[in-house]
Amino acid sequence: MSDETSSRTPAVARPGLARRMGSLSDRALAWVFIGPTIFLLLAINIFPLIWTIRLSLTNYRANRTNADLQWVGLRNYERILTDSDIWNSMQATAHFLIWTLVLQVLIGFALAYLINKKFKGNDLWTTIIVLPMMLSPAVVGNFWTFLYQPQIGLFNYVIAFLSGTDPSSFSMIGDVNLAPWAIVIVDTWMWTPFVMLICLAGLRSIPDSIYEAAECDRASSWRQFWTITIPMALPFLMLAILFRGIENFKMFDLVVQLTGGGPGNVTELTSINLKREAFEKWRTGFASAYAVILFVTVFGLASIYVKALNKVKQR
Amino acid sequence: MKSIGMVSVAAAALAAGFSGSAKAEDLTLCWAAWDPANALVELSKEFEAKSGHTMKFEFVPWPNFADRMLNELNSGGQLCDLMIGDSQWIGGSAENGHYVKLNDFFDAEGIKMDDFIDATVVGYSEWPKNTPNYWALPAFGDVVGWTYRKDWFERPELQAEFKEKYGRDLAAPKTFAELKDIAEFFQNREIDGKTVYGASIYTERGSEGITMGAMDVLYSFGFKYENPDKPYDMDGYVNSPGAVAGLEYYKALYDCCTPPGSSNGYMSEGIDAFKSGQVALQMNFAFTWPGFESDANVGGGKTGYFANPAGPDGDQFAQLGGQGISVVSYSSKQDAALEYIKWFAQPEVQAKWWEMGGFSCLKAVTLDPSFPASQPYAQTFLDSMAIVKDFWAEPSYATLLQDTQRRFHDYVVAGNGTAQEALDGLVSDWTETFEDDGKL
Repeated sequence: MSDETSSRTPAVARPGLARRMGSLSDRALAWVFIGPTIFLLLAINIFPLIWTIRLSLTNYRANRTNADLQWVGLRNYERILTDSDIWNSMQATAHFLIWTLVLQVLIGFALAYLINKKFKGNDLWTTIIVLPMMLSPAVVGNFWTFLYQPQIGLFNYVIAFLSGTDPSSFSMIGDVNLAPWAIVIVDTWMWTPFVMLICLAGLRSIPDSIYEAAECDRASSWRQFWTITIPMALPFLMLAILFRGIENFKMFDLVVQLTGGGPGNVTELTSINLKREAFEKWRTGFASAYAVILFVTVFGLASIYVKALNKVKQR
Repeated sequence: MKSIGMVSVAAAALAAGFSGSAKAEDLTLCWAAWDPANALVELSKEFEAKSGHTMKFEFVPWPNFADRMLNELNSGGQLCDLMIGDSQWIGGSAENGHYVKLNDFFDAEGIKMDDFIDATVVGYSEWPKNTPNYWALPAFGDVVGWTYRKDWFERPELQAEFKEKYGRDLAAPKTFAELKDIAEFFQNREIDGKTVYGASIYTERGSEGITMGAMDVLYSFGFKYENPDKPYDMDGYVNSPGAVAGLEYYKALYDCCTPPGSSNGYMSEGIDAFKSGQVALQMNFAFTWPGFESDANVGGGKTGYFANPAGPDGDQFAQLGGQGISVVSYSSKQDAALEYIKWFAQPEVQAKWWEMGGFSCLKAVTLDPSFPASQPYAQTFLDSMAIVKDFWAEPSYATLLQDTQRRFHDYVVAGNGTAQEALDGLVSDWTETFEDDGKL
C-alpha cells in the first residue's frame, strides 16, 4: 500500500511542477535556480563583510555589549597603519610567505620531476613523500616542538652531528634569529608534497609527442627542460603558488603550536596578531579594521595574480 | 549597570526563598582542566547524593581556558551554570553582567566573607576591589611559589662546595639574590651522571605565563600598578627604578640559569622539568605541589617548598593565582547553582576539599592548628598567601595582559631593547587602554 502511494505521488506532482515551471520565463527560471545560492552567498559572505566594515568604524568590543557604541570614523585604520607592531607582524608574514613559497616551489618541482621519471618503487616513494600533508597542522606543530627541543630534539642532534656544535647550544624556536626559519622549515616539510602533486599533474599533462619532436630536432635535455617542461608546467606551478600563498597568508595553527608568535613578536604572523586583537584583547572594532585591510590586500594581490595566471594559460 | 541591577534582584529573590531546590537539575560547572578539577569531580559526588542534582563538568586546558570561557560568557551562553573563573575576570564579568551578585545570597545563608582568607576575598570575589560587592565565593587559593630539590641540597659535597663559594649554607633562599646564586651553582652541574640546570621559570608567550612569572619577581623589587593616591597614574610606578631592576633580574635569571629551550614554558613545562630532574629550583603555582609529593622521582621527601623570596629592599610579595566560584547570570538553573555554592562553603566540605588536593580558602581550614603539618607544603602555602598581589582585574584585563606578555617576552626572551624601554612601553600601552575605557 505504501509503495503504491509513494510511487504515485511524484507522478501526480511532476506535471504540476512542470506546468508551473513551464509558465516561467527563462529569466525567472534562472533566478529560481540561482536564487538560493545568491541568498546563501549574501548571508554567509557579503553580509558579514558589510557588517565587519561597519564595525571597523566603531569602538565596539564584543566583550562589552552593554557599553555605548561610538563611531570613530577612520581612526582604527589610522592606528593600524601607524602601529609599528602591526608592521612587524606584516614583515614576519612576508618573510614566512616568500621563503615558504620559494622553497616549496623549488623542492616540490624537483621532487615532481624525479617522481615523473619511471623507476622501481615510484608509487611507494610518492606515498611516503605525501605523508606529511596528511597530518593535522596542530599535530605537526606539536611534534616539531619536540624535534626542535635543544636537549632531546632530533633536529638539533642532526645539525650538531653535521656541524660539530653542541645540540643544546642553540634553540630553533627560542632564538630570535632562528625562529622565523624554524616555522619556514616546518611548513616546507609539511606542504612541499602538495606543490609536488600539482607539479606532477602538470608534468604528466605534457604530451610525449612534444618531447619526441624535440628529440628529432636534436634538442638537448637542458633545452627541452627550459623550452617545453617549464613553460607547459608553468600554469600548474602558478596555481600551486596561488593556493599556498593564500593558505600561508592566513597561517595560524602550525605557528601557534610551534612558537606562540614568539620569541618576542618575531613569528607573530598577521593572522595570530589579528586573533589576539579580536579574541584576546577584544578590540572588535580595531580587529575588524585590521581584517578589512588584510582582506583588501589579499583580494587585490590574488586578483592581479589570477589575471597573470590566465594570461599564462592563454599563451 | 541595568543588567547588573536586575541580576542582583534575581539573586536576592532566589536567596530569599532559598531552602534547597525541589527540582532535580543537571548542573554544569566550568573550570580549567587540571588536577584540582578532578578532585572537585570526586568531591561533588557528595553534593549529588545530598541534593539530588546531577553535576556535569566542562573542563578546558589552561592555554585555551580564558578564550573558550570568555567567549561563552560574552555570547551569553548557557553552557555553564557555575563558573570557576580566573581572578582577573571578576571586573569584566561583574560590569558586563555575566555573574550573579552574591551579597544577598551570602547574607541569607549566613556565609561570611570574613571567614575566608582576606587576600582571596579581594582577589576572587570583590568588584570593585576593596568594596563589599561579592561576585564569587573563594574556591581555590593559589599563589606562585617555589620548589627545590631538597635531596640535592642535602648532599654533603654540594653543601661544602656551596659554602666555600658563597660563604653560607646551601638552603632555601631568603632573597632573590640568593636564589640566583643557587641557580647559578646548579646550572650545567653533573648530578648522578646527568646534566642539570638552575631554575625553571615562566616564559610562556601565548596566554599569561611570562606575565605571571615576571610580576612574581617585580612586586618584590618595587613595581606598583599605579599611584596609590591617584588611580591609573602609572608613570613612575610601573616603570620605577625598582621595577626596571626587577625585570633586569628576571632576564638575567632566564639567561643564566634555565634549561636550554625554555623560551615558551609555563605550568606544565615547569612540572615536567622538575619531575624529570632537570632543575634544582622551580617557580610554579601551589596547585602543582600535591603532585610532586606523590611523584616517584621527586616525592617522598625529595622536594622542598619556599615562598617567594624578598627583593633587594626586603619587600616580599607573590603573584596570586586561584579562582572564585560564581553563578552565571545566563543560567536557567541559578537556584540549584546557588545550592551548590552553599554546600561548597560548608567547613566540613572545605576540609575535605583540602584533603583531596584542593587549596581551601576558608580560615577554619587554613588556621586550624593541624593545618601547617597536614602537608609538607602547607606552611609555605600559608606564608605565600599572606604576601599576594594580583594583576589588573579591570574589564580590560585581557588587553592589559596581552600588552604585558608582548613587552616582557620581547625583552626577556627575545632580548630586544632594555628593561626601561619595555616598562616605559607598557605604561604607554596601558595608558592607551585606560584612555579608550574612559578612565583617563
